[in-house]
Amino acid sequence: MMEIHSQSIAQLRDGLRRKEFSSEEVTRAFLKRIKSLDHLYNAFITIDEKEALAAAAIADQKIASGRNEVLTGIPIAHKDIFCTQGMKTSCGSKMLANFVPPYNATVISKFNDSGAIILGKTNMDEFAMGGSTETSFYGACFNPWNTKKVPGGSSGGSAAAIAALLAPGATGTDTGGSIRQPSSFCGITGLKPTYGRISRFGMIAFASSLDQGGPMAKTAEDCALLMNVMSGIDPKDSTSANKEKEDFSANLSQKLDGLKIGVTLKDCSANLDRDYQICLERALTQLEKLGAELIEISLPKNSLAVPTYYVIAPAEASSNLSRFDGVRYGYRCDNPENLLDLYTRSRSEGFGDEVKRRILIGTYVLSAGYYDQYYTKAQRIRRLIRNEYLSCLRDVDMIMGPTTAGPAFDIGSKSNDSISMYLEDTYTVGANLAGLPAISIPIGVINECPVGMQLIGRDFDESTLLNVAHQFQVATDWHLQSSVERDYA
Amino acid sequence: MLDPNWETVIGLEVHLQLATSSKIFSGSSTSFGGTPNSQTCSVDLAMPGALPVFNELALRYAVMFGLGIGAQINKTSIFDRKNYFYPDLPKGYQISQFHHPVVGRGTFELFFDDQDIYKIGITRAHLEEDAGKSVHGHFDGKSGIDLNRAGTPLLEIVTDPDFRSSEQVIYYLKALHLLVTYLGISDGNMAEGSMRCDVNISLRKKGDCNLGTRTEIKNINSFRFVERAISFEVNRQIDILEDGGKVIQETRLYDSELDETRPMRSKEIANDYRYFPEPDLLPIQISDDYISKIRDSMPELPLAKYRRFIETYDITKDDAEILLASKEIADYYEEVVATCADSKLSSNWVQTEMLAKLNKSNLCVSQSPISARQLGLLLSKIVDKTISGKIAKQVFAEAWSAEEDPLELIEKKELKQVDDFDKIHTIVQEVINKNTDQVKQYLAANDQKRKKLLGFFVGQVMQLSNGRANPKVVNQILNQKLSE
Repeated sequence: MMEIHSQSIAQLRDGLRRKEFSSEEVTRAFLKRIKSLDHLYNAFITIDEKEALAAAAIADQKIASGRNEVLTGIPIAHKDIFCTQGMKTSCGSKMLANFVPPYNATVISKFNDSGAIILGKTNMDEFAMGGSTETSFYGACFNPWNTKKVPGGSSGGSAAAIAALLAPGATGTDTGGSIRQPSSFCGITGLKPTYGRISRFGMIAFASSLDQGGPMAKTAEDCALLMNVMSGIDPKDSTSANKEKEDFSANLSQKLDGLKIGVTLKDCSANLDRDYQICLERALTQLEKLGAELIEISLPKNSLAVPTYYVIAPAEASSNLSRFDGVRYGYRCDNPENLLDLYTRSRSEGFGDEVKRRILIGTYVLSAGYYDQYYTKAQRIRRLIRNEYLSCLRDVDMIMGPTTAGPAFDIGSKSNDSISMYLEDTYTVGANLAGLPAISIPIGVINECPVGMQLIGRDFDESTLLNVAHQFQVATDWHLQSSVERDYA
Repeated sequence: MLDPNWETVIGLEVHLQLATSSKIFSGSSTSFGGTPNSQTCSVDLAMPGALPVFNELALRYAVMFGLGIGAQINKTSIFDRKNYFYPDLPKGYQISQFHHPVVGRGTFELFFDDQDIYKIGITRAHLEEDAGKSVHGHFDGKSGIDLNRAGTPLLEIVTDPDFRSSEQVIYYLKALHLLVTYLGISDGNMAEGSMRCDVNISLRKKGDCNLGTRTEIKNINSFRFVERAISFEVNRQIDILEDGGKVIQETRLYDSELDETRPMRSKEIANDYRYFPEPDLLPIQISDDYISKIRDSMPELPLAKYRRFIETYDITKDDAEILLASKEIADYYEEVVATCADSKLSSNWVQTEMLAKLNKSNLCVSQSPISARQLGLLLSKIVDKTISGKIAKQVFAEAWSAEEDPLELIEKKELKQVDDFDKIHTIVQEVINKNTDQVKQYLAANDQKRKKLLGFFVGQVMQLSNGRANPKVVNQILNQKLSE
């Protein structure tokens, strides 16, 4: 039998149903790996072994009495941005290092209802601001393929945990690429759903109009399973979309004949790593072989995506992070002299540099006299970018392109160069600005580091993205390649 | 009082708490006076990840107000974030409406003025959330924060600079209070902070068309303070201008203890609120159908009722004004009229008996021990002459204090008016027999003195009949007897 930690969520589910192993065995297997290996990756911020095993015991009773839900008995890791009742939720920040929420995020409640077990909370860039998981208050996270490399970010802990086989699946959030870019860097599959598909209640806000939670796993099939649990309208989130419940697993076996895929490689070829370009072309050939029709398209306005994003996201963040003032919860400075001192020191001491930088940018672009020049203009360009995507997606079913500029970069290589770090988001922020669903799946390995491709779909058409990704994974084995051997080396 | 060379120009911003039972963006209760922070949830406390959900009733109330002043209702309105730091503002921003308010331009018609109708332009009215309260002086050098009020729905109603005196301002505030209580969208209670007022004041030379530099006086919470704050501020500005100085545009606070306005500390003013559209809430879209359904369910408004009262009940403007002072009084009055069918008698009774008694015992109409129907039935006994007005007053007073049904009291105490000729005749005879001296005086007296003495005899008869004898009949028999 395949080792437990190597199995996909779908395989674990089937094994549990066939009683090949118990939830307790599964949970213990992952807990044991985390204990013995996570010092190498720093993928987790919080683990509650006792709680996880207690939940596993309950899951086993349910399985024994045939009361299985979708994910009964399967341990899932959650990005430390999702509030977990009674369990520390830090958002990777000193500001919330002492914060234990009295409520669950809707996503967490949905996983609880589906029978999943909370394996732990994963590392992330502070307040999800970053593309390398280096800005975490809990220290950088390391790429399991090569620990000198970043795992990507901000959902780097989730991606690293899956790549290192410390968790079978995880949640992430994606404001400008924070699910897709680490998925690409860690050789896993990650989906950013359509804006509004998944409730944001209890998911600590970075940029409200861009933030979207989503699944991260080894395979598209697993992502579909997780989507079934996570998605759906939530009365607690006014921006969640009123869409009929979909079974994302039911639509994975469609042939790709007649599917039209728009290809944007010409737009980006100048900036792409040569080897990465070869991987992308090979993936295209594969898609064509599966029956898809490739159509060259161009998204010229996407060149404006990064500057637009770095106006809108910090603007919203500067306001969203105002609540962290040292008054009601979270970090408070010692012996404040007065109110202003309480605010100033609590925030100066509680936030890291990248968070401060974005608060400064956001405050600046919203200021009187600059608002129209930056914020209003950015909103206008955002609309143009979305319109350009929508007009392309009238002719093609989805758009294929790179997820990143290349494979994972070295730890520390960009942490003092904000602009080059921000440009990491070049290929991903478009989907956030347009609100469209996008998935990243592994398509190759360059110098022992994985790379992925990105597929961007129509509004609320995650189903087609997952189907194409799954068909691609049926025909290829890039998603099965793993970094684990190195664990024992 | 006011220097005749100067004209006062005033505009108002009224923050009206809407009478929803839960908050504008959460399910917490909005009731007043709870234990500090007992009426809060993750949204009100701005916990990480908490999101606002808009309470539709607040929108309904805002639309009702808009329709009540004939204003434009904006089909799309947008919530914005107004960013500033203050401990009683947990999110660090207030959700408000900046560029696209729900209620657009309208006109507020006043009828309490000497002139028939006085029109105040309403610039806009928008929805926003209230802040919490800072509690000072109880915590050993620290301040306490009570967030029970945080998130209570407010409608901020902004007028044009259309007021020329504090009297007009007070008229407007009273009329506004009346309108919103008629609509049932707010209790309008100034003492509990349901209606708070910012006043913008500037002066200009009489005949000048341009506005002078204004100051804004924040957060005044009683009619009396509005009047005094305006008076202080007007005199302050006159002094400056007469000395050749310039008024500085600034925000000032009214200190009711010192009866003066003074500038707010610069720290208390955030001058750049960095408004931007609230991304956690969708724009509010209102359909024609939604508006017309609300329009169809609108109650009669004070001005329409005022006109109807004068026309159908044949009462004076002054009477109508008193009877319209609250919807409860007007409703009470109308039920009394409907029961006894005498609108003038009802008007007098409601004003002189009912309201007087209520004021004296500090009760509101709904707490009256005598219901409108009971009063109406009592008055109908005057109308059909079962009892006299005087007896009715006694019955009313007794029924009030004993909290009994007046009609039952009439039965129980046999207070019905005696009209029976023979019975009254017997009593008159008795009085004449007992008072022979007075009869002699009467017979010897001139007309003027006779009138006086007749009053004495009537009094005696009424006393003997316990006040129940029909005075008309008494007079008739007495005249007849004494001329025999």
